[in-house]
Amino acid sequence: MRIANLTHGALFMLGAYIGVSVMRYIPNLWVAALVAGLAVAAFGGLLERLILRKLGGNVFGQVLVTLGVSFIIADACLLGWGGDPIPIQTPAILQAPVRMAGFVFPAYRLAVVVIAVVVAILLYLLMERTRLGAMIRAGVDDPQMASAVGIPVSRLFTTVFCLGAALAGAGGVIGGPIMSAYPGLDADMLPLALIVVILGGVGSLLGAFAGAFITGFVYTFGVALLPDLAYVILFLPMILVIAFRPRGLFGKFAA
Amino acid sequence: MRWIVALVLAAALPLVAGEYYINLASQIVIFAVFAASINLLLGYGGLPTLGHAAYLGVGAYVSALLQLKLHYANWLAAPIAVAATTAMGCAFGLIALRATGLGFLMLTLALSQVLWGTAYRWVSMTDGDNGLRGLARPTPFGLDLNQAMPFYYFALIIGVLSIWMMARFVASPFGVTLKGARDQPRRMSALGYDVWLIRWITFIYASFWGAVSGLLFVYYHKYIHPVSLSLANSAEGLLAVIAGGSGTLAGPLVGAAIVLLLKNWVSAYIERWNMLLGFVFVLIVVFMPEGVVPGFHRLWKRFVSKT
Repeated sequence: MRIANLTHGALFMLGAYIGVSVMRYIPNLWVAALVAGLAVAAFGGLLERLILRKLGGNVFGQVLVTLGVSFIIADACLLGWGGDPIPIQTPAILQAPVRMAGFVFPAYRLAVVVIAVVVAILLYLLMERTRLGAMIRAGVDDPQMASAVGIPVSRLFTTVFCLGAALAGAGGVIGGPIMSAYPGLDADMLPLALIVVILGGVGSLLGAFAGAFITGFVYTFGVALLPDLAYVILFLPMILVIAFRPRGLFGKFAA
Repeated sequence: MRWIVALVLAAALPLVAGEYYINLASQIVIFAVFAASINLLLGYGGLPTLGHAAYLGVGAYVSALLQLKLHYANWLAAPIAVAATTAMGCAFGLIALRATGLGFLMLTLALSQVLWGTAYRWVSMTDGDNGLRGLARPTPFGLDLNQAMPFYYFALIIGVLSIWMMARFVASPFGVTLKGARDQPRRMSALGYDVWLIRWITFIYASFWGAVSGLLFVYYHKYIHPVSLSLANSAEGLLAVIAGGSGTLAGPLVGAAIVLLLKNWVSAYIERWNMLLGFVFVLIVVFMPEGVVPGFHRLWKRFVSKT
């Protein structure tokens, strides 16, 4: 959508905290993820309608507003849920480790990988294979022409923004059993997300997926081998990609 | 003329104000240098940086580490810290300036977040969340700067010098090419200017002054914590520039004063500074995108033309 959204880390954290609250009443991770996704989507929709919409093509203004909103969310979470990390229970079915080809994997992490792949495929199909996806792509590339041929660009953009927010919120809950919910989660997630997008290329699902894969690998090995400097290692692939291919691995245009 | 009046007022401040306000004024001066260095990039170069805390933080950390680990004296540690940070600015500029606009912003943010994460996790070096303590203020020419007033004058002299140097930079022929590269990058390169090089030099210059503000910062607090490298710190600097008015000389100074006064005044009553910072951001972008100084300038002109 070419909207610079810096609230995504905060939306992720908000989702995780909402998940924590939901699970106090309904101890089911998937329900919690669904509720958190919906709640965060509603919030994202309001944000887009009430504030971002007014700033039109003012990219810099959008950055600042989303930055401001993410500070507000982060502080509100601190106020509402306190400063201690809150763990999220792993679902009982997925607590046992799984043996595969001689290696032992924690079942929950495998499930997360499966979910991620399914979501990625669904998103890809939505964007590339459906009428809705074609309309969205048209709206991003040339909003004026798109609305001239009768595509409700404005409503579509709100929908896309809600969808993005919903994924961030649900992601926060699903990541919860691995990372738990704590203040600063947003600031931890933001560089990861940014590096993923810069690596993979803006406006490319495949790029986001590849970027996430590389970043995940590098970060995990970095933490295991050189825990003090994991963050520095994290940023090496980014330098390499930026130096040789500024638009990212699969990007259509330069960021 | 206005500048001289402001300077005289600033110099006379300790005669009337108490220690609390002198310390606050020192912080404003330090923060103003930081904001002015952001303004070089944002206001004059048209390059929105969201990672400028990296230079303040690294300058401060290097100086602190040299002092604590290698027992260097301040007069020796300071130039090394500034040089190291400026060298880092050279390297970061090479990476960040592969893009402009939004991409530049994301790259600067990612780079500074990497440093922030490193400062938090590299406990053996930076002591992580505890920060580095036990630092001493410098003693230029044998003067003791531990009292509020001498330190204020020390910070003021360095601050005025820094801001004067930055004003000279902007007013120089090079500064004019910089503004040209901001407004009409294509035309400038058609005229034979190397737009990328102009931006890179400015980036390095801005990181230099960021490092200077970092030194003042660490001298003032005698303490450094990873939060100085955080996104919130970069954002506060950016807010000061935008609130005051980017691309004006006085803007960052006024903005720095506004942000710090607000912060000190508010945190005396409530603890929700970050939330307020967020709201101020939203309000300024929505209602006063041009900043306070250009806004007042316009009102003043209208007032003068009426009378």
